[in-house]
Amino acid sequence: MSNVTGPDYGKTEAPKEWKLRLFVTNWTPRCVMAYRNLRKICEEHIEDKCKIEVVDILEHPEIARREQIVAVPTLKKLSPYPRRVIYGDFTRTDTVLKGLDVERWERG
Amino acid sequence: MVRKPATKHPLAVLEKVPTGIHGLDEITGGGLPKGRPTLVYGSAGSGKTLMSIEFLVRGILEYHEPGVFMSFEESEKELTTNVGSLGFNLKSLIDSKKLLIDQVSIERSEIEETGEYDLEGLFVRLNNAIDSIKAKRVVLDTIEVLYAGLTNTGIIRSELRRLFRWLKDKGVTTIVTGERGGETTLTRHGLEEYVSDCVIFLDNRISEELSTRRLRIVKYRGSAHSTNEFPFIIDENGLSILPVTAARLEYPASTERLPSGVARLDAMLGGKGYLKGSAILVSGMVGTGKSSLAAHFVDAGSRQGRRCLYFAFEEAPGQIIRNMRSIGIDLEPWVKKGLLEFHATRVSEQGLEKHLLFMQQEINRFKPELVVVDAVTDFTTLGGKLEVRQMVLRLIDFLKIREITSLCTSMAEGAEMEQTGVGLSSAFDTWIHLTNVQGNLERNRTLVIVKSRGMAHSNQVREFVLTDKGVELVDIYASTAGAFMGTARLAQMAADEASDAVRHEGMASRERQIEEKRRALKARIAAMEAEFDAEAKDSEIMIAEEKARDKILSAGKEALSEHRGAKIGAGKRGGKK
Repeated sequence: MSNVTGPDYGKTEAPKEWKLRLFVTNWTPRCVMAYRNLRKICEEHIEDKCKIEVVDILEHPEIARREQIVAVPTLKKLSPYPRRVIYGDFTRTDTVLKGLDVERWERG
Repeated sequence: MVRKPATKHPLAVLEKVPTGIHGLDEITGGGLPKGRPTLVYGSAGSGKTLMSIEFLVRGILEYHEPGVFMSFEESEKELTTNVGSLGFNLKSLIDSKKLLIDQVSIERSEIEETGEYDLEGLFVRLNNAIDSIKAKRVVLDTIEVLYAGLTNTGIIRSELRRLFRWLKDKGVTTIVTGERGGETTLTRHGLEEYVSDCVIFLDNRISEELSTRRLRIVKYRGSAHSTNEFPFIIDENGLSILPVTAARLEYPASTERLPSGVARLDAMLGGKGYLKGSAILVSGMVGTGKSSLAAHFVDAGSRQGRRCLYFAFEEAPGQIIRNMRSIGIDLEPWVKKGLLEFHATRVSEQGLEKHLLFMQQEINRFKPELVVVDAVTDFTTLGGKLEVRQMVLRLIDFLKIREITSLCTSMAEGAEMEQTGVGLSSAFDTWIHLTNVQGNLERNRTLVIVKSRGMAHSNQVREFVLTDKGVELVDIYASTAGAFMGTARLAQMAADEASDAVRHEGMASRERQIEEKRRALKARIAAMEAEFDAEAKDSEIMIAEEKARDKILSAGKEALSEHRGAKIGAGKRGGKK
């Protein structure tokens, strides 16, 4: 199947890294909580493979427009594919894991 | 940046922001509430997006108020192309930083919701957009899309409430669009709950295969507004709300007169013709000469150097000119001079509103003093009687306010005067009715002035004759044998003349006889007098002779008695003396 090209949706081994981008506004309590929850989930489930980039859209409103941010907090999974968007403060761990496709890699 | 809304001052008059949209500011009494959100809702394709875009574009071009368009449905590119056909160049406005379009897209399939969140992202984007171009106007089209993209409606509701309050505090005049809702709510998700100041409803109805767009102001807090439905159209000039009927009957009232072009008709109209700025209705059945009267009117107007606009819905201009030339009215020179313009369209080409708007636009462009509509009844194919009536009323309003004298012809379905087709007569100041009268194997036309406000007009029915020198009005010939028109009139006039001649002849001879008799009588009287005179003379002679004889006789007697005994006789006679 070496001549099949395209995005690596079908990869069977776990990715080496999760690239996440978290959009917040000025560290409101909800954003702080979201960040903490997210860190916790990452540490527990995908160990240290997680790279989180935090963007304050109040400082960079043009990014908010470019990235189509509506809700805050918003988490974008940039890799691995498929891209996902998660709204909320990450209080429900299972939905976050589903959203990040972590389950798929853990349990096959 | 935050401005206090006007409501903080209880006595402050509600400030309004003109939209610049043709007709909308008139019916809202000045525009939308300043610094507040207005809800515009309607079903798909009712013109919500277009109206809100025009609100921004006019704001930029006419009132120097930059605007932000937050689109939840269409992209900047789509919007630009969509409104490009309406003459709005969004790209140049965007390039000059007067307009900012931000498309909000929410891909539900990509989104997971977990826990609490807010819509601060929208606020940040909106705030940044408003501040970056110093926008005074904002459009959110259609914010209800949020309900499709997000599952937590509780969050949406509370965030929308916060958003509208924030917009008010921000002091921007906002249009929020919404889809038409079910039975319990105006919009699908009850946006009216948050927007309480001004609510406008757009509708696109199809009746008899013609679609009519309508606008209604459902609510306008703190402002008097008309609750009527107003037809509107969307054309290459954007949105036009049609034509506002003047709520009050306030027209300039002129006493200036305009000639009708037919001298005899002027005479019937109080001797001077039509009143300037009045509306004239010429009704009649097919072929009664309505257009001829219209042509006369236009011709007479052009002669005085007045600009005339002729809307023809039955004939092409060339045809009209040719036909009128056959009755001796040459309109072509006026067309060449630019005094007269024809506009010929098929009625079925567009809907009533579009016709009306077109006519208004043409009138505004050409600025005529006289307008002819031939014939208003053609519009009845486009709508119900009521709609046509309203349209004509609006047109007449429009003309009267501008002091334009108008002549509308109206095709009557029946010979009865009252059947003018649309029951329009009350709108008109002067009503001239033409009839065909058939009899004696010919049809004749008659004219009568049914009414004419503001002047003493003739009540006489006149015969209406088309000659090669135009229309002539002839008295109907009334004799003891009845009223006659046409050839019957001529025949009767001739017959009457002949019998008159005979009678006159008879009279003359009788007079002569009497004269002769009188002469004869006089002669006899003279003769008798002469005879009497002669007799009298004879008698006088005889009397004189007798007297003379008496004298002689008595003288003889005295001489005799003296003879016979003078003493006695003398004594007696002496005693007697």
